[in-house]
Amino acid sequence: MKKRTMRQTYSAEHLHFLKKRRQHLVLVWTLRVGLLLLIAGIWELVTALGWVDPFFTSSPSRIARTIAGLYSDGVLFYHIGVTLWETLAGFAIAVGLGYGIALALWWSDVLREVLEPYIVVLNALPKIALGPLIIVWCGTGSKAILFMTVLVGIIVAIMHMLSAFIATDKNKMLLLRSMGASKFQILAKLVVPSSLPAFISMLKVAVGMSWIGSIMGEYIVSRAGLGYLIVYGGQVFKLDLVMSATVLLCLLAAGMYFLVALLEKFLVKNTES
Amino acid sequence: MKKEILRFTDVTYIYHTVRGETIAAQDLSFSVGEGEFVAIIGPSGCGKTTLLSLAAELLKPSEGNVSRTGSCGYMLQKDHLFPWRTIEKNIVLPLEIKKQNTPQNRERAKKLAVKYGLGDFLDSYPSQLSGGMRQRAALIRTLATDPDILLLDEPFSALDYQTRLNVTEDVSEIIRSEGKTALLITHDISEAISLADRILVLTKRPARVAFEHEMDFGDVKNPLKRRETGNFSGWFEVLWKELNI
Repeated sequence: MKKRTMRQTYSAEHLHFLKKRRQHLVLVWTLRVGLLLLIAGIWELVTALGWVDPFFTSSPSRIARTIAGLYSDGVLFYHIGVTLWETLAGFAIAVGLGYGIALALWWSDVLREVLEPYIVVLNALPKIALGPLIIVWCGTGSKAILFMTVLVGIIVAIMHMLSAFIATDKNKMLLLRSMGASKFQILAKLVVPSSLPAFISMLKVAVGMSWIGSIMGEYIVSRAGLGYLIVYGGQVFKLDLVMSATVLLCLLAAGMYFLVALLEKFLVKNTES
Repeated sequence: MKKEILRFTDVTYIYHTVRGETIAAQDLSFSVGEGEFVAIIGPSGCGKTTLLSLAAELLKPSEGNVSRTGSCGYMLQKDHLFPWRTIEKNIVLPLEIKKQNTPQNRERAKKLAVKYGLGDFLDSYPSQLSGGMRQRAALIRTLATDPDILLLDEPFSALDYQTRLNVTEDVSEIIRSEGKTALLITHDISEAISLADRILVLTKRPARVAFEHEMDFGDVKNPLKRRETGNFSGWFEVLWKELNI
């Protein structure tokens, strides 16, 4: 391949190709939005016609009203803020700490071999089982929820990054060693940059994990947050509240995933060799 | 007698694995003089790469002694350019590693790149270059620290045939005109004949030097020209037989 050059004038065939491509994108997006509207429409219709009882299923209009109600009560952003904070803080700690631990395990073979079975067991353990312990250790405040979020995210972060670090090209390492590189130089010049794509995919997994962690944490102990609204709504049979909080969760999780995808575009440009 | 850059004296190297030990080389002795281009050929699996690792002092011999004057540059089968670095950043990588990343050294490495046709590609990423260009960039990277000996581990074997002939040509030209000492390891007989001043033939594992030949092409250093001369096929036959003993 020569250097890529931008051509300013395209052939008619290429213009046709571009047009087709645009049409395809428009079609996909129309169908995506259409599907959402269709589901919401049917949902609304069957409840409005009384075919199903909105007491059990709620409905789009009731969800909208509930969210508006939360807003006018001034608690909407309070609950969102609580959950968002727990999730983001847990995410950051899990990712940062997990990355650091993975680096340490890459650095020391002995440490890795010693800790490997423990990590495998911790990974397989359903973290919710530690709920009672966490309450005793951390109390019933947001500290407990944060702890749960970190716990759910960190093991995945460690395992994901460690396998990426270990998969570093042996021949590139040989090359660096032939230049006289120290272990730290190999780490800084090769292992960390070459694992960048794995880092991004780890972030994507960790986004999901931290939402699981924070909502699970709120199920066990909490007085605020979207998870709390869901549990509370369920207990008092306010399904509108349950559905509203779920919709808000969907939006937030999608937003966070989108931010990571944006980061990926920004960071990962030249990775294929 | 020319100055010796590299000398193996009765080198034995044993590989240890859980299943047992393998003697990769036994009582291996040879030397490479300054400015010489030596090629080592051997049957596959005879421990050629081990030998280069010993020469680069990445491995220590179990017995015997490897002595080397000056620094070495290692070039592998694949170019192993780092995809996230531009060609320029790739070329100065050994300078960074050896903490010789001074403006003069960087300038020297860049000049070398420009001299050998990489000037337009300094800001490109490796994925934008052809296989041949990439291998050329890998050679410039190897030369960046001005090593006293180049260790070439089948540097052409990952390329397609046409590119391979061209790159062989390039590399030979660059090494000769920079007056570099080189030790090439290959399983390709014709490549060895077309490049080297002297060829060592190794035995099967454990590797020893079975035969040694001075190439008699006179002033013909160019690989393609050598392939056209009459004694090329003669050498090929000799080495082919020796490899299959």
